[in-house]
Amino acid sequence: MSMMDWIDARFPATKMWKEHLSEYYAPKNFNFWYFFGSLALLILVLQIVTGIFLTMNYKPDAELAFASVEYIMRDVQWGWLIRYLHSTGASAFFIVIYLHMFRGLLYGSYKQPRELVWIFGMLLYVVLMAEAFMGYLLPWGQMSYWGAQVIISLFGALPVIGEDLALWIRGDYVVADATLNRFFAFHVIALPIVLLGLVVAHILALHEVGSNNPDGIEIKQTKDKNGKPLDGIPFHPYYSVKDLVGVVVFLFVFSLVLFYMPEFGGWFLEKDNFVPADPLKTPEHIVPLWYFTPFYAILRAVPDKLMGVIAMGLAIVMLFLLPWLDRSKTRSIRYRGPYFRTALTIFVISFVALGYLGTQPATSLYTLLAQIFTVLYFAFFILMPVYTKLDKDKPVPERVTYK
Amino acid sequence: MRNLIFASLVSVFSFTATLAIAAGPSSKLDTVDIDLTDKASLQRGAHTFMNYCLSCHSASLMRYNRMAKDLGLTEAQVLQNLMFTTDKVGDTMQIAMRAEDAKRWFGVAPPDLSVIARARGTDWLYTYLRTFYLDDSRPMGTNNLAFQDVGMPHILWEQQGYTSLNDSGQLHLTSEGQLTPRQYDAMSRDLVNFLAYISEPSKLQRLALGKWVLLYLAFFFVIAYALKKAYWKDVH
Amino acid sequence: MLKSVGFYRQSQDIDVLLDSLLNNISGDLHLMSNSIDTSKRRFLSAAASVVGGAGVVAVAIPFVSSIAPSAKAEAAGAPVQIDISQLEPGQLLTVEWRGKPVWVFRRSAEVLKDLASLTSELRDPQSQQEQQPAYAQNETRSIREDLMVMVGICTHLGCSPTYRPEIAPNDLGADWKGGFFCPCHGSRFDLAGRVYQGVPAPTNLEVPPYHFQGDNTVIVGEDAQGAA
Repeated sequence: MSMMDWIDARFPATKMWKEHLSEYYAPKNFNFWYFFGSLALLILVLQIVTGIFLTMNYKPDAELAFASVEYIMRDVQWGWLIRYLHSTGASAFFIVIYLHMFRGLLYGSYKQPRELVWIFGMLLYVVLMAEAFMGYLLPWGQMSYWGAQVIISLFGALPVIGEDLALWIRGDYVVADATLNRFFAFHVIALPIVLLGLVVAHILALHEVGSNNPDGIEIKQTKDKNGKPLDGIPFHPYYSVKDLVGVVVFLFVFSLVLFYMPEFGGWFLEKDNFVPADPLKTPEHIVPLWYFTPFYAILRAVPDKLMGVIAMGLAIVMLFLLPWLDRSKTRSIRYRGPYFRTALTIFVISFVALGYLGTQPATSLYTLLAQIFTVLYFAFFILMPVYTKLDKDKPVPERVTYK
Repeated sequence: MRNLIFASLVSVFSFTATLAIAAGPSSKLDTVDIDLTDKASLQRGAHTFMNYCLSCHSASLMRYNRMAKDLGLTEAQVLQNLMFTTDKVGDTMQIAMRAEDAKRWFGVAPPDLSVIARARGTDWLYTYLRTFYLDDSRPMGTNNLAFQDVGMPHILWEQQGYTSLNDSGQLHLTSEGQLTPRQYDAMSRDLVNFLAYISEPSKLQRLALGKWVLLYLAFFFVIAYALKKAYWKDVH
Repeated sequence: MLKSVGFYRQSQDIDVLLDSLLNNISGDLHLMSNSIDTSKRRFLSAAASVVGGAGVVAVAIPFVSSIAPSAKAEAAGAPVQIDISQLEPGQLLTVEWRGKPVWVFRRSAEVLKDLASLTSELRDPQSQQEQQPAYAQNETRSIREDLMVMVGICTHLGCSPTYRPEIAPNDLGADWKGGFFCPCHGSRFDLAGRVYQGVPAPTNLEVPPYHFQGDNTVIVGEDAQGAA
């Protein structure tokens, strides 16, 4: 009896290998957009590994935190590399996740029967935002400090309980040592556990229903006599070797940023964050991290504090509802009618524009623009049941298009 | 598709470039070319820093022995010529002045300069060092173009001399210093170069390693791509 | 607007782009392994594993070395200077070096005589084991006969032994010629740090690298030539 038989009798190693890799049939027509799922997983691992090593030298103490980060950058051997990997990884994570989500919109990957894949993915996105937000407080620079102060104050907008809730989250009257210490606990252990659990759920749900593809066709509907999808190929080795190419290309771009422009013009590491947190002095422009700016712009576009917070929350809730707002039977943009194509284009433009406006000072022109794009953002979702129903979709072929 | 990717990459990069400019300070700054590989310049900058800055400003995250190594100096040289506040080469650049005293004297505690070049940018520092001017309304008698109503006096007045601001907002030298304006600019540049160095001592190491990593990835790409092709040959 | 969204249709595989970039290279590989597909795959898999594996190992290096002592720890572990001008015979000075107690004490002529007489009771009287720098591998385990420098950490389990210079105290027995007694597990050492037989400690106490600067200064943590 081989070693593997011995293990398989006690643990489903080979079974799992087959189910999720060597006999998981993925459509053969994946394109460029399908690299980002495995890249997200790669970055998650990178963040966890670098994070573990950073915790060995970081000090979650308001008196020591700022200096301990610079201690890592200077005194710890190779500490600068580990820290830059983590800080660049954070931004890379959101770039990859946004592209991954856009892929879902392009090819209708959220649609029946993949609603739960989408919901788990959205939960991952929300938890990831919390993870990033709390992690950003840890360097204890001016941006860390005032960013946290502003975001936590949002909770103060809630009626009745708001102020007490904000106080409870901070554990002090302003963002202080207690806040730093608890954010550290959430950032290094609580949220990562949730993230890992959700990643498993996301992948299990996906492998239960099978992957969508750029044609939006269910490959399970045309099988050969052995019951294998005609348009499917085993994930391993085909997509493992293909994703390896994607990983190498990604790492190349990632290294380019990491080694030659780790601050990325102040967008990945902000200038003001090289000034230690000072509770008595707010920097001239406080800008949230670039990956939050679309929602920040929506917040500012609404002239009422509470309504602004609600609008920001709804902007994310809308994404959760996507599988039920979309009434079209067609998944892929390739066969969708002009209404959806136009709507999606406007949505993407609005999202990027809001992202830009969120980084700019709120002048009256910019506020007006932010209001227009906020309306367009919500229109994409609210009108979706109408325009997807009325749209003139093209006939979907039975088999996927390949080469 | 290919054009789209390229176009979006280009637009993303140019977009961030304009954003970076937009986010900068409003007053016009003089630009300075710094060179971290110029060890002579860094050594001169270190000399200025230790003699004029380090009495009020600390660089509490930077160690003398690290500086010695990176600037091509022996520990004995640093101990003799550049260390005035401690006798241990492994120490960081601390000052004797207490923050509370400093606050009483200057209105604000002089900031630690370990990462000032990353917080302010080198152009700002260069401009700041060169644009002190006489202003009777200020407690120290001087003001600064880059830092309005700054608490710090013009420490390098002996070198630069004093300048005044005329009606059109231009600075002109009213009393000469030991150095010509050109020499003073060079001195400022060396100091900024040194400040840039201590703000990220591992930068040269980072740039040097980057080349090898990219080279490795390019090589690995060739193999990975050929491997992918070999497998995907039978997908029709 | 509708025209601008036309690109969705052409979302072809990125392969097309890569193909044009890499035609030559893969063309060469084609020639190399002709038409036998599996051998080519095997070769490329092996190549990818080796090159990728080398990359993973290279990435591991910074992580592994980040755990080693930092510049701060190294600075704190720098050599220490000790003034011995006031040190009387029998007197012991404890200084901290790399966070460990280091003993510096002066031995009288009687003590030195006693050291020679203890040989039969010791585990390693000639200091064969490398618990000292070469220049301290002698009868007295020191550079100068009268002045002893050693790390005050028991070689058994890391407690710090007590200095017991008195002769034949009640608790240590009539044979005691002065030395060190470890309160944790009862290990005994003589005044040269040599371990007695029949105690748990396996080796003599460690002598750190040190040297003299003039008559009255000891530098602990550094050989005469340079850093240890």
